[in-house]
Amino acid sequence: MEKFTKHTGVGVPLRQSNVDTDQIIPAVYLKRITRTGFEDALFSAWRKDPSFILNQEPYTTGSVLVAGPDFGTGSSREHAVWALKDYGFKAVLSSRFADIFRGNSGKQGLLAAQVAQDDIELIWKELENAPGTEVTVDLESKTVVCGPIVAPFEIDDYTRWRLLEGLDDIGLTLQHEADITAYEATRPSFKPKTLPARLS
Amino acid sequence: MAKTLAEKVWDAHVVRKGDGEGANAQPDLLFIDLHLVHEVTSPQAFEGLRLAGRPLRRPDLTIATEDHNTPTLDIDKPIADLTSRTQIQTLRNNCAEFGVRLHSLGDAEQGIVHVVGPQLGLTQPGMTVVCGDSHTSTHGAFGALAMGIGTSEVEHVMATQTLSLKPFKTMAINVEGTLRPGVTAKDIILAVIAQIGTGGGQGYVLEYRGSAIRALSMEARMTICNMSIEAGARAGMVAPDETTYEYMKGRPHAPEGADWDAAVEYWNTLRTDDDATFDVQVDLDANTLEPFVTWGTNPGQGVSLSGSVPSPEDFGDENAKAAAERALQYMGLEAGTPMKDIRVDTVFLGSCTNSRMEDLRAAADIIRGRQKDPNIRMLVVPGSARVRLEAEAEGLDKVFKDFGAEWRFAGCSMCLGMNPDQLEVGERCASTSNRNFEGRQGKGGRTHLVSPVVAAATAVRGTLSSPSDLDPAPEPAVQPVETPSASHAA
Repeated sequence: MEKFTKHTGVGVPLRQSNVDTDQIIPAVYLKRITRTGFEDALFSAWRKDPSFILNQEPYTTGSVLVAGPDFGTGSSREHAVWALKDYGFKAVLSSRFADIFRGNSGKQGLLAAQVAQDDIELIWKELENAPGTEVTVDLESKTVVCGPIVAPFEIDDYTRWRLLEGLDDIGLTLQHEADITAYEATRPSFKPKTLPARLS
Repeated sequence: MAKTLAEKVWDAHVVRKGDGEGANAQPDLLFIDLHLVHEVTSPQAFEGLRLAGRPLRRPDLTIATEDHNTPTLDIDKPIADLTSRTQIQTLRNNCAEFGVRLHSLGDAEQGIVHVVGPQLGLTQPGMTVVCGDSHTSTHGAFGALAMGIGTSEVEHVMATQTLSLKPFKTMAINVEGTLRPGVTAKDIILAVIAQIGTGGGQGYVLEYRGSAIRALSMEARMTICNMSIEAGARAGMVAPDETTYEYMKGRPHAPEGADWDAAVEYWNTLRTDDDATFDVQVDLDANTLEPFVTWGTNPGQGVSLSGSVPSPEDFGDENAKAAAERALQYMGLEAGTPMKDIRVDTVFLGSCTNSRMEDLRAAADIIRGRQKDPNIRMLVVPGSARVRLEAEAEGLDKVFKDFGAEWRFAGCSMCLGMNPDQLEVGERCASTSNRNFEGRQGKGGRTHLVSPVVAAATAVRGTLSSPSDLDPAPEPAVQPVETPSASHAA
């Protein structure tokens, strides 16, 4: 995973709450078997509307999405994170993220920064008054800067450390393989196994 | 120390405690007892293993089925949609390569992954269950800690049979009282979501408790736990009890003999200690609950079926107001319209929320001997091939077909637009599924989430209806044989 320390890019104000993952990427795009190339799928239903924010200049080049509360609700599809990344987003700001979406973001190096709703409102106004304004997201200091606004954001320390270091989760876990093997040896015999298959 | 059910299951699966204390603690490494796999969220995970040269650690704790992409008609023919066909074929190739048990289209155990696990007896109390699907919360009905995960985590479980997780907070959902006739588990969970909101459960494991929950069957408990994710919760649980054991006993993968006794002894410990504390408590009165239905585009936007479409002005919060305005526009609804005046085009009975035997029986009991509204299209999609077979053995297929409904093969079907079963733009659907998001059931489709009995009553009347709105069914042509009265008993 690529390291994330600090990013500066055009902020995109998305004034909507409950942006669920079916909106971020509709199910029809989930049939692909690759991990990249989902940029066309991002918000595909909404992008058919010419007035949608990502169809407006200068937001088309945006890389920091500033959204309403409860971003990423619904389906666990990691494709939502892939689509945001493939489009060019490096960070999403919201006052509340769905748990699975936040977890998926952390695995893929997309920064899900939790910013107080009052600060989101200020950033929205700033981005709307001066379209094209850049937002800086600094993971080391856990702050967002947009014009005169400087706001703190929250992210759990473990995810922050992994993003700063660009660490691969599976590699980290396999350092503890002996612990896994020891645990497996204690698993009671009444717990089910899928193999050999038993059928009705 | 006193513990909640969720904490007990968690603690029993810690492979390695995370370093550090309190807020700075690193995640715990948890062992995963069962990994359910389907075609949509697994191809990139298998590819990751292949690229890293890693084996799948525990094929014997992994099982796969085909559900999201599968058609529900003509299943003996090649899948018409080429990308769907490729994705299914990719799963088949991956399962063969990594030694994973797979139930393919046409197999008697194929079906929606969350119907298949419990039906095979693979879902058991006190387990950790994961799947690359948010409705994995379904399995919590057995007192398992069951979570939806993303594809990176799917790969992590494949490679290590563990997940790195930070402990969740706990929330008790206390449902006391007795449900009135026509009110079901679906109405309980829709009312819970309307009460706490789509983000209310974020960071929590919900435990459903109280007399109304204890009185529910396993299938009804699965319906409730299934939609925990729609309240934002990571998981939902019900403590196991005799109802659970009764359901489990004799299933293919249920323990047998001495193992059964050992299992029950352990399962009996899986309840929240009397002096344990939850971080949050939520109460719901089952006695006053009515059939519930959604009017908007997230599962929290629901009202009693006897109510009306709300006005955006009813919402104090600016974001909720804006969301309501947008939802009414998308749904093509006017504030103040009685919910029961809303005419629908399609009724969908299916999905991992409501596609089990009880759901089919409950709907069949409503429509038996009645006529379908001629303008309604009704799809009945059993959750698994096994459910379909059992339903046919009971003659339910005939009830649905006589009524004019389409009797389909098993799969996720119209719950999500990944297979041929989709709504058209502007088409309105009363659906027993779990999500009324914009475009979820097909681009431009409009979804009202309902229980199976409301779905059935709606198919009769053509407008959103509860069973109590129906005229009495005509007398059956053949009178049932009278049962002898007590005085005649020997």
